[in-house]
Amino acid sequence: MNAVELHRITRRFSSAVVAVDNIDLTVPAGAFVTLLGPSGCGKTTTLRMIAGLETPDEGDVMIKGNRMNEVPIHRRNLGMVFQNYALFPHKTIYDNVAFGLKYRNVGKDEIRRRVKQALDIVRLPGVEERFPAQLSGGQQQRIALARALVIEPDVLLLDEPLSALDANLREEMRVELKNIQRRIGVATVFVTHDQGEALAMSDLVVVMNKGHIEQMGAPTEVYEQPRSEFVASFLGNANFLPATVRQVASDGISVDLGAAGALLVSDAARPVSPGEAVKVVVRAEKIDIAPPGNGGLSATVADVDYLGSMARYQMELPGGHRLLSLVSLKDRALELGQSVSLQINPRHCRIL
Amino acid sequence: MSADRPDLGWNGLQLLTLCVYIFMFAPIIVVVLLAFNSARTGSFPMEGFSFVWFGKLFENASIMDAFQTSLVLAVTSSFLATAIGVMAAIALIRYSFKGKAVINNLLSLPLLMPEVVLGVALLMFLKFLEQPRSYMLLLLGHTILSLPYVVLVVQARLVGMRQHYEEAAMSLGANRLQTFFAVTLPLMAPAVLGGFLFAATLSFDNITATLFWKKPGIETVPTKIFAMLRTSISPEINALGAVMIVITVALPLVGGFVVRRFAKGK
Ligand SMILES: Nc1ncnc2c1ncn2[C@@H]1O[C@H](COP(=O)(O)OP(=O)(O)OP(=O)(O)O)[C@@H](O)[C@H]1O
Ligand SMILES: [Mg+2]
Repeated sequence: MNAVELHRITRRFSSAVVAVDNIDLTVPAGAFVTLLGPSGCGKTTTLRMIAGLETPDEGDVMIKGNRMNEVPIHRRNLGMVFQNYALFPHKTIYDNVAFGLKYRNVGKDEIRRRVKQALDIVRLPGVEERFPAQLSGGQQQRIALARALVIEPDVLLLDEPLSALDANLREEMRVELKNIQRRIGVATVFVTHDQGEALAMSDLVVVMNKGHIEQMGAPTEVYEQPRSEFVASFLGNANFLPATVRQVASDGISVDLGAAGALLVSDAARPVSPGEAVKVVVRAEKIDIAPPGNGGLSATVADVDYLGSMARYQMELPGGHRLLSLVSLKDRALELGQSVSLQINPRHCRIL
Repeated sequence: MSADRPDLGWNGLQLLTLCVYIFMFAPIIVVVLLAFNSARTGSFPMEGFSFVWFGKLFENASIMDAFQTSLVLAVTSSFLATAIGVMAAIALIRYSFKGKAVINNLLSLPLLMPEVVLGVALLMFLKFLEQPRSYMLLLLGHTILSLPYVVLVVQARLVGMRQHYEEAAMSLGANRLQTFFAVTLPLMAPAVLGGFLFAATLSFDNITATLFWKKPGIETVPTKIFAMLRTSISPEINALGAVMIVITVALPLVGGFVVRRFAKGK
């Protein structure tokens, strides 16, 4: 049975602000689903509707097959983790973690046992007597996770739980969070605007934009086969080349790039026909650079951004269009103005 | 900063500050000092140090009555104002409903309205209802006077207190009432206590509106002092003033201390 299903959910804050616009979403049991999108696209609102902190104007919220629209949050059996942890500052860590169990008719000894177990899971045993202010940010976030997990929730809801941590800690917590989630197997909805987090952690990435879902799929799918310019540009570094379809054949679609030449593309988001104006997506890291005269697209280096292990080039094509290229550096970086040949594998291009 | 180059302007400012402080505190100091003067006439030079006027205070039944009235009134009215004020503040900050802005403004109106106007208005309202002046009127009036302060103090705290605490509590299975007592109330306790003490001090101090509302025969400490002044300036008044000062200054100080101790334990 699916952990969560949203059926045609809409939430309007006013006639002008439609925060969530007719969304369908399914979270399978045990799955890690990420809502990804820019600020204000409706991620938090969607999460809060699952939680019951926000009431949908239209549509149904189902948890484990039961319609939940009228069920208040405290009877939904959810675990929530907030960006700022929201640990109760006036309670000890023990009382924080035990909080949910106290409203569930769990015996004293059982509470003690489960709190200890939860603290072991987040690898923070022995902090029971401390207060939240006496823990670091990362530790507080672990406690928040323990507090949410100890009640054995049907769904775990996480709203940007890592964004208050600094970069190293965020990386570490990301791995740990994913490990814990996998081990416990709790269905999880994770909200973030960090594409790296989304790709690394999720079974299913839901890319949102302006209140609706742009694309939904496995991380590789949304990355490799973006369905729209928005998705392609939101995930990773994408180039968009305006082109005209010349010929559609079994081995690929050849497109005309004008002065820059021609390109063979093996993948398209939709059926196209010759003569059609399209956009071709080329990922910046999928462009190989060769000495000039080796076929491919000829270009000159218009800008060099040296990043140590990597270099980021702006390659200018004949006709003036520029391509961003990300290359991991084994040798020295290219020089400004150098002529190169850009090799782009048809499998790494996609027509939108 | 040019602290190491003291110039005329800086010295002038220091002098001015000193004068202002003297102007503000000298009368208070004089009252307190004269309360310990053994002489019958309340004036300088002091003749000797004694507690005789304080003793007289305690023997004076009408003053003790006024004291009791003031204390009971302060405690009950600030208790009422706190109970109503806390609920109002929560409603205004945590919930949205029709007419919220209007209610918010109405609640702070007593703050802006001259007390004389408020005093007369409430009195006329009572007349309209054909009710005699009573202790209830005084209680109600003092509650209205201090309500906006409680609301403001508690509101400020609620705004600073992220709603996430309450949402986390509810997500863990606590209903609204359980959330209120387990999370909201403890977190805003300093503001509630602060509001209560503020209200109590205001009530204990109040004279203008109290003069309009009190039933003949009932005196609070301020109205009692006022009445005593009309007949004579007895050193007893100085002693009473000293006690008033101690109470109105000490109460908030003790409150602040308790709140800080309370906050440190967390
Ligand atoms: N309580 C509210 N009242 C009115 N408008 C709101 C409210 N909450 C959210 N909105 C609006 O709804 C839209 C979606 O908000 P939401 O918080 O869901 O975005 P988000 O994707 O979580 O963004 P962020 O990444 O910045 O957290 C925004 O335009 C926001 O301004
Ligand atoms: Mg958000």
